[in-house]
Amino acid sequence: MRPPRSLRSLPPEGAHAADRQSGIRAWPWLSRLAEHRLFWPTCTLVLLLALNATFNAGFWQLQWRDGHLYGSLIDILNRAAPLAVVALGMTLVIATRGIDISVGAVVAIAGATAALLIGGTLVLKGGQQTYVSRTPMAVAIVAALAVAALCGLWNGLLVARVGMQPIIATLILMVAGRGIAQLITNGQIITVYYAPYFTIGNGFLLGLPFAVFIAAAVWVVLHLLMTRTALGLFIQAIGINPAAARLAGLPERLITVCVYVFCGFAAGVAGLIVSSNVKSADGNNAGLLLELDAILAVTLGGTLLTGGRFSLAGSVLGALIIQTLTSTIYSIGVPPEINLVVKAAVVFVVMLLQSAEFRASVRAWVQRRPLPGAPVR
Amino acid sequence: MSGVAAAHPLRPRIDARVVPVLGAVAVFIVTAGFGSVAYGGFFSPQVFLNLLIDNAFLCIVGVGMTFVILSGGIDLSVGAVIALTTMVSAALVEQHHWSAAAAIPLVLAMGTAFGAFMGWLITRFRLQPFIVTLAGMFLARGLCYLISIDSISITDAGYTAIAQTRIPLFGDAASITVGALLAVVMVAIGIWLAHGTEFGRTVYAIGGNEASAVLMGLPVGRTTVLVYTFSGLCSALGGVVFTFYMLSGYGLHAVGLELDAIAAVVIGGTLLTGGVGYVIGTLFGVLILGVIQTLISFDGSLSSWWTRIVIGALLFVSCLLQRLFEARRP
Repeated sequence: MRPPRSLRSLPPEGAHAADRQSGIRAWPWLSRLAEHRLFWPTCTLVLLLALNATFNAGFWQLQWRDGHLYGSLIDILNRAAPLAVVALGMTLVIATRGIDISVGAVVAIAGATAALLIGGTLVLKGGQQTYVSRTPMAVAIVAALAVAALCGLWNGLLVARVGMQPIIATLILMVAGRGIAQLITNGQIITVYYAPYFTIGNGFLLGLPFAVFIAAAVWVVLHLLMTRTALGLFIQAIGINPAAARLAGLPERLITVCVYVFCGFAAGVAGLIVSSNVKSADGNNAGLLLELDAILAVTLGGTLLTGGRFSLAGSVLGALIIQTLTSTIYSIGVPPEINLVVKAAVVFVVMLLQSAEFRASVRAWVQRRPLPGAPVR
Repeated sequence: MSGVAAAHPLRPRIDARVVPVLGAVAVFIVTAGFGSVAYGGFFSPQVFLNLLIDNAFLCIVGVGMTFVILSGGIDLSVGAVIALTTMVSAALVEQHHWSAAAAIPLVLAMGTAFGAFMGWLITRFRLQPFIVTLAGMFLARGLCYLISIDSISITDAGYTAIAQTRIPLFGDAASITVGALLAVVMVAIGIWLAHGTEFGRTVYAIGGNEASAVLMGLPVGRTTVLVYTFSGLCSALGGVVFTFYMLSGYGLHAVGLELDAIAAVVIGGTLLTGGVGYVIGTLFGVLILGVIQTLISFDGSLSSWWTRIVIGALLFVSCLLQRLFEARRP
């Protein structure tokens, strides 16, 4: 008798074995490559880039102008940076079986804090125009990141201490956060008049956009933390089985809180990039729907929403895929309205591919009973 | 229960599951009472009926959402389905000159099919409701923009007639709209579905423990699909009421409404883990959200964003109470 569906545990090893058997036997290296978890995200990205190149002849061209690199690829990297940073924070949260839907609101709060503290005016000093900020920029940035981390701490305490479901715990901040951001900006769009601040979102370093370096730095630091220390293993252990992790002596609650704090911090960094890029802070619209894009990026990167194994590189790839998709839609001349429909289609396809049930039914459909007379293997 | 009653002879016998709902009713009475004392003109039948009129769509959507949350799921697509409904209605009526009598059944069928499709995906492929309904939200909003990126206002005589219809209550002292009437009817249907049908009992069983429900031989798969189908129908009906309310179709209508609906359900005392809650609680959750908005507009000195903060705070308090309640449950 088949066990009831919800009681049947999914055999990951068995599923892999079946994939391997039905895989390409002639080229074992290819099937091994296809099993690598970054294989499908990379394929998607390459496919999208190729699609771009066919529709837009100048897609691969990079130009050196005014000491900076210009081109579609650089543009994609630059625009994907805030999403990638948020997705990195989200990856860790999802790895602990959690989810953080408040990141969009935290982006707005951090941007509003920084913009309010910097403000900035153009004054004439000794016949020269100079920008003067309300508070030193470093103080404003630290304050914005601290507020964002505080938001993360609030989420983390609700999840780990109070024991709320992550989606609900973060829903509270998602609802209230936009109100708080508008409270900070007093319902206005705060415009920043302070040139040094624009470097974060618009500046260049070594010919590349500054935001790309920020995203890369967050990635590298996180990667080292996860691979050079046991933290990555701990986070995976919590995601696979929180009770077992606690019994094994892991400080499960502390790690969970820290993961949410980091996610809030990452959202704060993204908030700085976004507000610096548009040179203003809009409590209502900054980072709108960013949480959904971030979750999508993590999912596209091969991290399962059920927690456990995670891939930081996958999430960065996911963010690049989303941004490339958006750029593709613009560059091939499709009206941008279709963007959401395409995104929906991508989400549907990805979640179906991640479903063991779907793969099993496709396999059953492909490997129908052989016709009578067909050679028996 | 009898043991508890014996230990505390003076404590009235109240089922622990009713406590959160009673809490919601109490919060509503306290807030409304505060408003009546603090602001002149607040305590009138029309102000209270306006709560229902202005939040009729939220109430209808909340009824569907209650069933989804009772079954242990979540539906993030409701706001987008409302927007799609307004958009399709407006396009059919204004650009293709359909009559309201033909357009409304079509959009209702469309929303129902949309919900059924998501429910089928969730059940058949064991996908997470969060992701499926998220994709559904993208899809529905995207379809809105495919029809038009601008707002389409409705000037059709049939629609405006229904929108302006007022049903007098208490003599001529106050009146309600068709939308508010529909909301009351949907709450009644929701209560009947939850407590008077096999479907409702199965929903509670699934939310309580899905594995047990399967072992009991309950039609878990079919019921789950039906829950999302019902939520889709409620969203579409909410969209129809929203169309009457706004008399326009727009892809940015009802942005974030799914959060308000979830908040109303939770504040109304339904446990997010599923299995415990009442449809009538959701009605009070919606009324609480409405009364907060009314209070803030009556006050006049508070800015509109305080609504979001207060709703967040209420959500926090009710979630905290739920956790305490769960911890006390054996």
